[in-house]
Amino acid sequence: MAKELLNYVDRKSPVHSLSGATKLILFILYSTAAMLTYDTRVLVGLFMLSIAAFIISKIKIQEVSFILIFILAFLLLNNIAIYLFSPQEGVKIYGTSHVLFDIVGRYNVTLEQLFYQFNVTLKYFAVIPAALLFIVTTHPSEFAASLNKIGVNYKIAYSVSLALRYIPDIQREFRTIAVAQQARGIDISRKEKLWKRVKNVASIIFPLIFSTLERIEVISNAMELRRFGKKKKRTWYSSKPFQRLDYIVILFGIIILIASLVITFYDGSRFYNPFI
Amino acid sequence: MNKLSIRTIVAIGIGAAVFAILMRFVVIPTGIPNTNIQTAYAFLSLMAVVFGPIAGALIGLIGHALTDALSYGSVWWSWVIVSAFIGLLIGLFKNRINIERGDFGKKEIISFNLIQAAVQAIGWVVVAPVLDILIYAEPANKVFVQGLVAASANIVSVAIIGTILLAAYAKTRVKDNSLRKE
Repeated sequence: MAKELLNYVDRKSPVHSLSGATKLILFILYSTAAMLTYDTRVLVGLFMLSIAAFIISKIKIQEVSFILIFILAFLLLNNIAIYLFSPQEGVKIYGTSHVLFDIVGRYNVTLEQLFYQFNVTLKYFAVIPAALLFIVTTHPSEFAASLNKIGVNYKIAYSVSLALRYIPDIQREFRTIAVAQQARGIDISRKEKLWKRVKNVASIIFPLIFSTLERIEVISNAMELRRFGKKKKRTWYSSKPFQRLDYIVILFGIIILIASLVITFYDGSRFYNPFI
Repeated sequence: MNKLSIRTIVAIGIGAAVFAILMRFVVIPTGIPNTNIQTAYAFLSLMAVVFGPIAGALIGLIGHALTDALSYGSVWWSWVIVSAFIGLLIGLFKNRINIERGDFGKKEIISFNLIQAAVQAIGWVVVAPVLDILIYAEPANKVFVQGLVAASANIVSVAIIGTILLAAYAKTRVKDNSLRKE
């Protein structure tokens, strides 16, 4: 079976040894910075930082390349769609128009539009390495512990951990049901007509959903028997205590967020405008 | 939050896992580019009606965020929030549909579909595009067209698959006054 979802990659590196909560806090600070800003200089800076973190983590590019191809395809489509729908968006934002050449009607190519779309793409590029890194270097059960540590109610944190725990199981069950139904001649590929295909897909997801509902009963009974949720707090098997490096990294994250906000909004606009 | 029952907590966890699998693997392309029939929202509406608004919102939030994170490596928050919004609002009408009593007749089918259509229309056509513009500064007409397309595809898919799912679920429940003295 081809690799289709991202997984935890076990390795010895400074990034892996950080506490999950630190990585989560850093990731939140970092993506807030990337979400709020549209300043090219800040975005380039954030991008460089996340590449640096990627190199330190010793994760190989081949281990995440299947996702990268997916993302690049999505970004390409998104850029085409932006241009088709709004070829003058850049001119509107930056207030000037340097036409490179005309195509037809309002579709011309301006420096401003190219720069705007470059920024849109950069905004994703700034976040993607950090997000990938967070997922492949944080163990799923440690993730739940870190959610709890940053203040999420432990019951909700436990649901997230249940979800991560059961995704592979449910994926396997889905495959089994799909193969069994296909063996009975139920086609869900594109050879079937749309309406028939919807019905055939329904015959796969129904058993999946109803066995899920049963599973919920079984698991909640087991948890009830073990007195889950009777206390206000719980401990986590896989939570790591904070070390000095953790505090340094969090401080660093706060500085990045503040610095990027100051640089972005210093001149009163979210966008960095090289045209005036 | 501490009043959540164990059954709801488990429903959120397992529900989010199923939502993620459905969203990632069970989509039917309609032939129009970027327009898919998502079976995940039919499942979300079933869970919201059965387990209530908090479960609905959290299944949408956790399920969608995990799908994005595990399959694209980054989370598209504006649309994740819409999934949570849809789960929450459909869940608020739990008592109106009251599926645990085992009847899901014409009246319930009509009210379920009116609710889901209204909720999804607001979610996809108003909330998602506005957040896209605020967070990502995408062109307005692009995101509104995307929203309209998503709204129509998902409303249709919940109307068909969701309704059948709820009806099938209702059949597994014991009806009120179904015991007879012999």
